[in-house]
Amino acid sequence: MSERSESVLKAIAAKGVVEVDGTVKGASAYRAGKEMFAHAARVMKDAGWRLVAEWAIDESAFNRGFCVFAAYCLGGEYLVIRTEIPRDEAHFQSLTRYFPAAFRFERQIRSLMGLIPTGHPDLRPWIAHEDWPEDAYPLRKDFDGTKPMGRASGEYQWIKAEGEGVFEVAVGPVHAGIIEPGHFRFQSVGENILNLETRFGYVHKGIEKRFEALGWIEAVKLSGRVSGDTTVAHSSAFCMAAETASGIKPAERASFIRAIMMERERIANHLGDIGAICNDTAFAFLHYQFSILREKVLRTNKEVFGHRLMMDSVCLGGVVRDIPVKGVDLMLEEARAIMEEFERLVRIYEDNPSLEDRLYSTGVLSPETAKAIGAVGFVARSSGQHIDVRKDSPFSPYDSHAPVVPVLSSGDVHARAWVRVEEVRESFRLMRELIAALPAGPLTAQWNPPSPGASGFSVVEGWRGEVVYWVECGPNGFINRCMIRDASSVNWLAIEQAIHGNIVPDFPLCNKSFNQSYSGHDL
Amino acid sequence: MLRILHQIFRTGIVTEPFKPEVEARVTLVGEGLEKEVAERFKRSLTIRFVDAGSCNGCELELVAVNNPVYDSERFGIHFAASPRYADMLLVTGPVSRNMEIALKRTYDAMPAPKLVVALGDCAFNGGVFGESYASLGSVGNVVPVDAYIHGCPPSPEEILKGIMKAVTR
Repeated sequence: MSERSESVLKAIAAKGVVEVDGTVKGASAYRAGKEMFAHAARVMKDAGWRLVAEWAIDESAFNRGFCVFAAYCLGGEYLVIRTEIPRDEAHFQSLTRYFPAAFRFERQIRSLMGLIPTGHPDLRPWIAHEDWPEDAYPLRKDFDGTKPMGRASGEYQWIKAEGEGVFEVAVGPVHAGIIEPGHFRFQSVGENILNLETRFGYVHKGIEKRFEALGWIEAVKLSGRVSGDTTVAHSSAFCMAAETASGIKPAERASFIRAIMMERERIANHLGDIGAICNDTAFAFLHYQFSILREKVLRTNKEVFGHRLMMDSVCLGGVVRDIPVKGVDLMLEEARAIMEEFERLVRIYEDNPSLEDRLYSTGVLSPETAKAIGAVGFVARSSGQHIDVRKDSPFSPYDSHAPVVPVLSSGDVHARAWVRVEEVRESFRLMRELIAALPAGPLTAQWNPPSPGASGFSVVEGWRGEVVYWVECGPNGFINRCMIRDASSVNWLAIEQAIHGNIVPDFPLCNKSFNQSYSGHDL
Repeated sequence: MLRILHQIFRTGIVTEPFKPEVEARVTLVGEGLEKEVAERFKRSLTIRFVDAGSCNGCELELVAVNNPVYDSERFGIHFAASPRYADMLLVTGPVSRNMEIALKRTYDAMPAPKLVVALGDCAFNGGVFGESYASLGSVGNVVPVDAYIHGCPPSPEEILKGIMKAVTR
């Protein structure tokens, strides 16, 4: 145990008993009494830790009540605190006083598990919509997830703004372009945005509940479809959580291949997004140019990994297929050809005064706000946060092949585009390095399900940022609970903050520069 | 500006013809659909797209359909921002319970005749998400579907061919 965990644990223990929780693998885990939950959060906050995730489980399968978990991170170290909640006292202490990220985590716990966060100022449903039947808590074990759910009457209470000339603009869930559904409500005066309220849940497919109905092998396929653009990172994170729970190490060669695929996923998404940001300033030329490069990467993926998005390439214990001999040459030649084109396009981006006019100082997320809401990934790195799982908490092969992580502090649309320009360069470099160091050996390690009651916690740096999984094995040997926290779950908070002081027509541009996942958030 | 012109000439035309060996995986449901539609739309087609609960995989490939390599506009295929002047409703899914009403409203807002194409394996039968409290499964469970394009996700070429097949011969 590190010094910093030791000191926070000592401070928490000053108020009551804290015990080591041996069932959780992959993070330091502790159990604390119900009355200690918020106290622990205050200690963590004061010591500079970040709230990573908060989730609840129903332990009826073990003949117990509920549990609420909070995961914290500081400098790459993860610490999980669990508190038990008796079945007849379905409430827990809210952490919203200390961590803004808790606002939505807890609304979600309240909506899907039916546990009330005491002291939470906003108990409107989240993910669940107002027309869900009362007392429908899908993540509870006595809820039959296979049956259709009826509709009740109800109305969502939006935040209102009042005053002369104030009006509302409601956008979505169906949007003008080819993007995912979500609702954005602006209060504005003329073109100036006073407030933006986002509302999601439209693509809630019951993924977490679905995990509990699937076997371990099928579950990998599901994890690859939590967010289609992050399929490699999500399936890797799920497999790592399951592997950790059962004490398996994935094959070494496989961990390299997973990382090569993750870097390629990062490259493909960044290429598409840099172009799409330009497109939202009506600079279609760069959009088309970058989309040609993205297409090239996807075609190489198809040749080398058999799928354009590399879906279903990761399996428990390793990867499904090896990189063919010609695949290495293909990837190296592609990297050379794309980088040459890429640098030419980046020069054009840099030299364009219209882009400068639209992208600089638009949609600013200040470093203070980014830190306060616990933003992750390129969004955080564009706002001065030195944070990257590959560097802070490296898993194989990043422990021996560390990336150089670019960080900018201006927090505007340009910063979010430019951090990604740097990351494309770095990911190509890293990919070449990983290919050169690719160890020989088997593609998979023998997979065995975890023992009942064991759970695994895993963190992976996807292209959007930190992807977190926690998987628990039930008494029957199947998945009892699978918690997923995509980078979007925290980063969506950022856009509401970054949009202050901007105009409504710049919203698509700002939103594209964040490009957070709806499916990965709604689950 | 000179750099932009250089880049344009260097890139040339990257748009590709269809490869004959790629057979689109399409199921036509509507009877006599091809003939009917060929007469009505005359190779100019406006599509309203709705994500009814997809994982975003199908959207990525649908966006690629508009890139210079596949260039759907050369076939008269155009994606519209409003259902009011759309000929075709292109839906990815499974249809989530929370999107059911929005999907039905989009369908209702379209002028007849309406052509509905369901894109991807989840839109066909719910895929890995199946049917549950939150997922209604196939798009066909919510609005009448004329054609299904299979794949997880279908490639841009398969999508284009599927749309073409549903519209013309």
